Amino acid sequence: MNESDLLRENPAEVVKPPPTSVGVLGWVKSNLFNGYFNSFLTLITLFILYKTVPPFIRWAFIDSVWCPDCAEACKKAAGACWSVIISNIRFIIFGFYPYDEQWRPLIAMLLLFGLIYYSSKNKNWKKSLIYVWVVGLFVMGTLMKGGIFSLPSVESTKWGGLPLTLLLSVFGLTAAYPLGVILALGRRSKMPGIRWLSILYIELIRGVPLISLLFMASIIFPLFLPEGITINKILRAQVAIILFTAAYIAEVVRGGLQGIPKGQYEAAESLGLNYVLTMRLVILPQALKIVIPPTVSILISAFKDTSLVVIIALWDLMKTTQSVLSHPKWMGFSPEAYIFLAILYFLGCFSMSNYSRKLERELGQGELR
Amino acid sequence: MEEPRPPQEPYLKEIEKVPFWLDPKKRAIFYQIAVFCMVGLLAYYLVSNTIINLKRQNIATGFGFLHKEASFEIGESLISYSAASTYGRALIVGALNTLKVSFIGIIFTLIIGTVIGIARLSSNWLVSKLAGWYIEVMQDIPVLLQLFFWYAIFYETLPSPRQALHPIRGIFLSNRGVALPVPASIPAYKYMLIAFLAGCVASYFLRKWARKRQEETGKIFPVFITSTAMILGFPLITWLLCGAPLKMNVPRLVGFNFKGGIMLSPEFIALLTGLVLYTSAFVAEVVRAGIQSVSKGQREAAMALGLKPPYVLNLVILPQAARVIIPPLTSQMLNLTKNSSLAVAIGFPDFVSVANTCINQTGQAVEGVALIMAVYLIFSLSTSAFMNWYNKKTALVER
Repeated sequence: MNESDLLRENPAEVVKPPPTSVGVLGWVKSNLFNGYFNSFLTLITLFILYKTVPPFIRWAFIDSVWCPDCAEACKKAAGACWSVIISNIRFIIFGFYPYDEQWRPLIAMLLLFGLIYYSSKNKNWKKSLIYVWVVGLFVMGTLMKGGIFSLPSVESTKWGGLPLTLLLSVFGLTAAYPLGVILALGRRSKMPGIRWLSILYIELIRGVPLISLLFMASIIFPLFLPEGITINKILRAQVAIILFTAAYIAEVVRGGLQGIPKGQYEAAESLGLNYVLTMRLVILPQALKIVIPPTVSILISAFKDTSLVVIIALWDLMKTTQSVLSHPKWMGFSPEAYIFLAILYFLGCFSMSNYSRKLERELGQGELR
Repeated sequence: MEEPRPPQEPYLKEIEKVPFWLDPKKRAIFYQIAVFCMVGLLAYYLVSNTIINLKRQNIATGFGFLHKEASFEIGESLISYSAASTYGRALIVGALNTLKVSFIGIIFTLIIGTVIGIARLSSNWLVSKLAGWYIEVMQDIPVLLQLFFWYAIFYETLPSPRQALHPIRGIFLSNRGVALPVPASIPAYKYMLIAFLAGCVASYFLRKWARKRQEETGKIFPVFITSTAMILGFPLITWLLCGAPLKMNVPRLVGFNFKGGIMLSPEFIALLTGLVLYTSAFVAEVVRAGIQSVSKGQREAAMALGLKPPYVLNLVILPQAARVIIPPLTSQMLNLTKNSSLAVAIGFPDFVSVANTCINQTGQAVEGVALIMAVYLIFSLSTSAFMNWYNKKTALVER
């Protein structure tokens, strides 16, 4: 019996795929156990997970202490002491801001989150967005500082915690952006003097750690000013962060400028536009659009880098947490507190990096058409 | 016959008539002078203020303090140092500590980062997802927070030396640090080190010779296997010839602390762990992107040429991936070195930390910060000079 006879006998029998190649089993086989090496790898990984995850869950959830203000119970418990967070949450988040006025930074922060969310939508990218931000930042500043509208004035030395962290990173980026664009243009300039000055600045700043600039801000800036004039500590750290971030933005923007084809410059020139108009109307709108995703990653690192101000003793999120931990009552619960901070930072950075990836896809699609 | 000259005289005259403020060349010179004047004035203003302020506060200037007695102790040092040593020597100790932690950190980062980067591309769903989460989580938590976390783990939660944990024989974990056994200093181990170096040198020359021979005759020499055999084999043979000694310097508890072996302080371990875990996430992304950047067609083309898989990897994939990987990889290595300055926050005596102590004692902030910046600039400028040289060497030569 040859093959054609066989086919004639069972004309329309549909042969089902073997059960091991479809459904859950098929997925497991093709994704976890395809080949000896992968099967081995899967087993090893599962074993490690089995050894680490259940004890961690036990420590973090089952044996843990959640009630507010029970340091004594914590000392006895085998699990995590989340009580250290719950009892001190308001100090960790707001620092020394007067207790009864803490709704003000809270509203300011909510306003900031709202603004950031509003700006993340493509369709809101208009000129009016800049005005919305200017008004928003002004309102936030007023809320924090007070002094008018029968709000008691709160000195900036008392600002701390999460509002300070956000303030340093958001203001840092907004102020650094124009400076970075100017530096990037300077680095691409045809004038050798300006080009070399820009290169010198960018490479100098990128070559040193942020902490050295913060040291400079906290101990050398006061020497720079004439006698009798002092700038408060937060502003000095802010200046250092701006100077630092600007150099990184300049490099990102330079990448965008290099991505613009020469024809665009020539077209603008042939229309008779001068340098300023060429840049403002033709080059920068295109270049800055390309660099939005890398700019978001700079915002992420600026957000993370603000944590360094703890070293020059500003009361940011990290410092407030550490001061809680230095209290004899709460000593020894550092891992819990740091895990809490890590979750806060992670949520912030993760949402931003997710957004940046989404944006990259959307903008990329626009390019393909 | 001479061609008649085109009538360009009147045209040229018209150009000369352009007033100087509309001439782009002259304007450029003017702009540059203006910018330089502004920068110069600003610098003059700041410097003169600083000088006045320093005089008023009675702070000495200049680097004379480097020769004075430091009179503070440094926890760990690669060279001999005591409180009687000079500030200059203290700073050298700090710089060496920075180099030590960066060097060890870079090695571990490269290994872990490469493994995670490859794991991210694995066809194994579980491994790939875990690697993805590792990269995401580590990148999104500030490195300083990670340092504090590890310091808390190594310093606060580990027991005292008397109740030290010892997961593997000879290794002790306590709040005084991690005690590790080291090979005892007997001559056999020194010979092995020499043999190892000899193997490295021999491999280098072998590779040069093999390449030359291949270019001339087309014959391929199995360089990789031979080099590995030499680098590992030479020390092994030496070890066997010396009678296969197994003498380790194992730490043991004496009184309240460990004697023998090597003791890594909690600060050093925390700094190393934090930096390595943080940076390796970035390195993993770099490695993944590099491998993905080599298009599938390259592998297929190489296989169509009949190259064996190792040659496909060595001659086609790796050289192209390296071109994409190496520049961002260097900047990650530099980032690690720069981030090691955060040691000051957990009390490891790196350069910034020592310089900070010097500033606090002498009050000479300008010099101290200038020294910090200069040292890091030397690190990064020398690295980028090397990278530029390397990039030029490996850059794509387009027809």
